[in-house]
Amino acid sequence: MPEPRTLDASGLKCPVPIVRAKKEIDSLPVGEVLRVIATDPGSVLDFQGWVKTNPSKYELVGQEQGRDAQARTTYIHLVRRKA
Amino acid sequence: MSLAVATEIDPAVRAYVDEQLAALRDRVPDNRVTLVVFSGDLDRHLASLVIATGAAAMGLEVSIFYTFWGLSALKKASHLDGKSAKEKMFTLMTPGGLSTLPLSRLNFGGMGRAMLRSMMKEQEVASVEELFATARELGVKMIACTMSMDVMGITREELLDGVEVGGVATFLGDAARSRAAFFI
Repeated sequence: MPEPRTLDASGLKCPVPIVRAKKEIDSLPVGEVLRVIATDPGSVLDFQGWVKTNPSKYELVGQEQGRDAQARTTYIHLVRRKA
Repeated sequence: MSLAVATEIDPAVRAYVDEQLAALRDRVPDNRVTLVVFSGDLDRHLASLVIATGAAAMGLEVSIFYTFWGLSALKKASHLDGKSAKEKMFTLMTPGGLSTLPLSRLNFGGMGRAMLRSMMKEQEVASVEELFATARELGVKMIACTMSMDVMGITREELLDGVEVGGVATFLGDAARSRAAFFI
């Protein structure tokens, strides 16, 4: 499986990660997954809320926590474009 | 006879109807109420908690999204360690918890607040602290806005346990599926 397109939203504050993610995912073909890396802990519920209002368009296929090179906690969101 | 008709539904028609129904279901609100509490005033918090506990008692799912001055109500403690000079100033100049919130009018350095509290007691109206505890007991979801926490230098450690953090999409994810939404 090819690597999904990645959007680095590290350091960005609400609402910018969601706005950028929306722009980015709509440029992907239907069925593809966008990987968003954020440092805002609020982004975990934000991405859940985002797909909840667009259940026929987007699907949250995964969320995980990590740590970047600067030792910041990162929140990774995998969103699939359904339509 | 109606049964015979039902079995003869064209699969293409059925698929179309199912698809339309699914699309409609996405747009039907849940039994839910969502509030934004922006204000740091005691009286406004009282109003928000009356709505929240009332809604929860009526069987509605309730989320309260606390932002800017409203965050003061969620503080369990104020810390200065590791904060910038401006953040320290903000911490010292904003209330540290529900019990220290001022009134929006006639506060008179806290005298008005004390008077209102005693009048509420006389009238046997629940205090904000009682309503807040009731709201939590009833499962009202409380979310702190991370963006205003960052701006005002409020850390997660200063907030009450069990408070979640989120942003605008967290609020809208709930508000868009709600029967009513309030900005207080």
